[in-house]
Amino acid sequence: MCRVVDVRQAVLAKNDALAGALRAELAARGTAVVNLLSSPGSGKTALLEQVLAGTSARGVPTAALTADLATENDATRLARSGVPVKQVLTGGLCHLEAAQLRTQLEGWLPAGTRVLYVENVGNLVCPASYDLGETLRITLMSVTEGEDKPLKYPTAFGLAHLVVLTKTDLAQAVGFDRAEFAQNVARVNPGVELAETSARTGEGVEALVERVVTVAQGGGVHRPAMAVAGPATGDPAGSPS
Amino acid sequence: MHELSIATAIVERAEETARFHGGRVTAVRVRVGEMAGVVPDALRFSFEVAVEGTALESARLLVEEVPARARCAPCGTGFAVGMPPLLWCPRCDRPAQELVEGRELEVTAIELEEASV
Ligand SMILES: Nc1nc2c(ncn2[C@@H]2O[C@H](COP(=O)(O)OP(=O)(O)OP(=O)(O)O)[C@@H](O)[C@H]2O)c(=O)[nH]1
Ligand SMILES: [Mg+2]
Ligand SMILES: [Zn+2]
Repeated sequence: MCRVVDVRQAVLAKNDALAGALRAELAARGTAVVNLLSSPGSGKTALLEQVLAGTSARGVPTAALTADLATENDATRLARSGVPVKQVLTGGLCHLEAAQLRTQLEGWLPAGTRVLYVENVGNLVCPASYDLGETLRITLMSVTEGEDKPLKYPTAFGLAHLVVLTKTDLAQAVGFDRAEFAQNVARVNPGVELAETSARTGEGVEALVERVVTVAQGGGVHRPAMAVAGPATGDPAGSPS
Repeated sequence: MHELSIATAIVERAEETARFHGGRVTAVRVRVGEMAGVVPDALRFSFEVAVEGTALESARLLVEEVPARARCAPCGTGFAVGMPPLLWCPRCDRPAQELVEGRELEVTAIELEEASV
């Protein structure tokens, strides 16, 4: 005898529920999480080094957590900014999950932290599916990666609250086409804001810090169309586990 | 390759259901949206790995792929976003506000074979 049992459960329901709880818990403590996503080497750490310094220079209590498959190099670089930094080694896992983040924050996140930057594992595919309880999700791409990346990684760009183009000091050398890039971003995430930075020249860093601080203070964030579940989709969160 | 963690989560879900209802799992049906960030082939492969040593060892994974569809709220037009995606209303030439389908990543059903007495 065979039978079919209907279950209809989101596979990531557990992560979604945990992320939601973490977001609420952190909000109650006054902390906003900024989740940084990009492919390996797009310049997350280099930008963050300056953004950390810039954020704390404004008197905003800042901390950072960086996730990598291996090595503590990024944490060592970020610690130079003087803000509390923690390295997470994912042990081969290609992304951070909410449960992992929560464990890492326990007993470490300094009281009064207003902005916690999380540098996700360098990867444009996997981290996109995992909500970490962030208030602001930033997807970054460097000018050397090519204008078509938003089309190749639609989920990563489609779910971003803000898209940052990095290494703009190299834009001219590689003949980067900004208009084409902007058009591709708009295809997958209409209305999302685009920012540009160069960790080399410092261009755009202050504006980015400004943006983050505004969000941490309760300013609104963009709602990506991809994040808005339409009527035909089931409710992924809140289903019993 | 997060497909392995996803496959593991699917196996866990199926095991829970099997424990609750009793019986041996012969198949797991899932729906994977085009914008879920999951590659169906990689998921099938990962499932083979994830079931090893579990009660689902001989179970099959049946993947239903869901094309992404968006909706333009003002005019009500629903449309396939295509690949590469274009979240733009073909009728009134403005951005779509919501994705109606295409981000699913869900277990829809478990097929069980009742244990023979
Ligand atoms: N010219 C230029 N080079 C940059 C810039 N930002 C980063 N780089 C270089 O790009 C390389 C990678 O930068 P990282 O900051 O390590 O990149 P990442 O995204 O943190 O890398 P992973 O953590 O490994 O994913 C380094 O050699 C940096 O010096 C920039 O704005 N301009
Ligand atoms: Mg880094
Ligand atoms: Zn329309």
